[in-house]
Amino acid sequence: MLWMALHFRHLPLEVFARGTPEITPLAVAASSSRIAVIVATNRQSAERGVRCGMAVSAAWGLASDLRVVARNEAAERAVLRRVAAWALQFTSVSSVAEPMDVLLDVGGSLKLFGGLENLSERIRNGLADLGYEASIACAPTPLAAQLFACAGLDIRIRHPDTLRHELGKLPLSLLGCAPETAAMLDRFGIHTIGECFRLPRAGLTRRLGKRFLDNLDRALGRLPDPRPPFVPPPTFNAALPLPAPVEQSAALLFAGRRLLAELCGFMTAAGSSVQRLSLALSHEDHTDTRVTVSLVAATRDLDHLTTVLRERLARLELPRPAIAIALAAEQFFPFAARSLSFLPDVYDRAETAARLIEQLRAHLGDRVVCGLTALADHRPECAWQACEPGKGIVPAIPAASFSRPLWLFAAPRRLKEAASSPCWEGPLSLLAGPERIETGWWDGNHVARDYFVARNPAQSLLWIYREHDAEGKWYLHGVFG
Amino acid sequence: MPTPSLDTVFNHPAIWRGNDCARVALPSVPTGYAELDILLPGGGWPAGVLTEICRERSGIGELQLVMPAAARLSHAGRWIIIIAPPHIPYAPALAAHGVQLSRLMLVRPEADKEKFWACEQALRSACCGAVLMWTDHSREHSVRRLQLAAERGGALAMLFRSSRAIPLVTAALRLHIGKSDGKAIVRILKRRGGGIPAPVALDLHGKLAGHGIPVRRSAPAYARSPAPTHKSRL
Repeated sequence: MLWMALHFRHLPLEVFARGTPEITPLAVAASSSRIAVIVATNRQSAERGVRCGMAVSAAWGLASDLRVVARNEAAERAVLRRVAAWALQFTSVSSVAEPMDVLLDVGGSLKLFGGLENLSERIRNGLADLGYEASIACAPTPLAAQLFACAGLDIRIRHPDTLRHELGKLPLSLLGCAPETAAMLDRFGIHTIGECFRLPRAGLTRRLGKRFLDNLDRALGRLPDPRPPFVPPPTFNAALPLPAPVEQSAALLFAGRRLLAELCGFMTAAGSSVQRLSLALSHEDHTDTRVTVSLVAATRDLDHLTTVLRERLARLELPRPAIAIALAAEQFFPFAARSLSFLPDVYDRAETAARLIEQLRAHLGDRVVCGLTALADHRPECAWQACEPGKGIVPAIPAASFSRPLWLFAAPRRLKEAASSPCWEGPLSLLAGPERIETGWWDGNHVARDYFVARNPAQSLLWIYREHDAEGKWYLHGVFG
Repeated sequence: MPTPSLDTVFNHPAIWRGNDCARVALPSVPTGYAELDILLPGGGWPAGVLTEICRERSGIGELQLVMPAAARLSHAGRWIIIIAPPHIPYAPALAAHGVQLSRLMLVRPEADKEKFWACEQALRSACCGAVLMWTDHSREHSVRRLQLAAERGGALAMLFRSSRAIPLVTAALRLHIGKSDGKAIVRILKRRGGGIPAPVALDLHGKLAGHGIPVRRSAPAYARSPAPTHKSRL
């Protein structure tokens, strides 16, 4: 059994600060009593002299451009749950230990990820991508790992024998016991956990209560300490409050990328991929702006999703500056893993084609990119249709090789007539024809035309027709390219 | 020492004669027209470089010139991407020339900048076999980006321009298409390997005859026929 604890020291601050790359003085305040007190500061505000426990007014006196936000404990709990869901890609058991810890059972993951050092490095880098900084410690019991992580020690203990020795060096304040217990132990002259181990157990139970001793036993591994495993939710829903209202798409992309990194970790843990994302930007005094991103093929590649999101955000017009960004994904598809090969194969090409289509559509708009398909209809303007690229069908009975022009006009153009023969940049001479097309009486678009191939003095080959009715007007329908 | 004869001197590979095409190893796609293939270095449309096709007006055979190569590429599974065509490419005609419609993509952006952006993305992607674009815009910066993208992706890049537009400096192959006497005259203005060969006359539309449509040698004056009393319907 090997447990890894992630302790998020700066969680109240990171909930807000991870949405932007700028570094300005920022502090979080909680109004527990009548006055608002600073609870967490970032490095810039600490340099100016703002400390935890200071009143907000005093902090503003020290740094006039300090931004103070109210602590959001619900957001902190949500963050811990999302990190636990994200961490399921490294292990199959994770647990949330409030207020600031996430525990992972990594005993079974060491072989896959190449050892404990590599695994901790990957987790640390992944958390940095998400915007969090955590201290990581490993121990055979969950409570011991939590204590080491709280102390900020980057320690990895594999064997229970070293555990007792290392645990003994930790100060008693980490155990989080009641103030009168702490005062009593201080009067006894006990300051570290190791000294607690040397005290007689019966006397300790009588004076301090069974709970204290049970905690010590759980940390050492003498008593079982089952932790409820975290069950990830079926859908993904993440929100990021932005510390200041933003309008530029580059800043929105930064925040959006954090959320996409969480989504990709969530999908890796579940072995799924997504085809449709909805993004919601909240504004003050205005309804949310909603953006839906639909992909041609289900994917869970972070770079590709970031590219598509970047193009989308570049085209987006915001009515007001955004104060929060939220990402939701409801439907997931199983992700089919494929084995890599040395030669580029058909699967690769289909995937790159899908990516190209998505990229072009994200930048230019959905209707600008299309494919062509042929329909079975004698009327030339109804014999083709725009469709999804890749779904074009060749007609079952192919037309003769040169009987149809390569360019078709959207609407046939009326030709002038001179001496009862049609003209288009000069009198036309008919080369081939007539081909009579008369059909379509059943849906109201009845056509009755005689088609000819004609050449004009400038040597262009044109496809013209004459209407088969009383007036017999001439029209130009296409050009042989 | 016997002097080498003049012929053996000229056949030496290091000697280049003024109107020869130097043997250049270029990955190429056969054009489908044997008379044109002989004149092109590499024996076909060069891949990974820009090809510029100038024509006086549309409708004299410029699209048809690239149809055999496009059909070959689409059957090999590569995509053909048509950007900003002057009119609608007619799907049944494309299919009749052999192009697989399931590998055809049509992109119709409005602005020149968007056309060049789409062309660059398409050339860079590995799935693309040929990109056909119609534009008269010739800013050197945008065109150079296209050339870099073409080198990276290795696809055919065909730019159709009017002959009044400023010629592109970075194009590796430049052709001019004119029409005379019912045949398309293709003149190679610039190619890798040097030399300006004589123009080639290709009978692109001569195959009109003999495909089920009766060909008329002379054009009769088409008199207005009286309205029929009973229209027969299909």
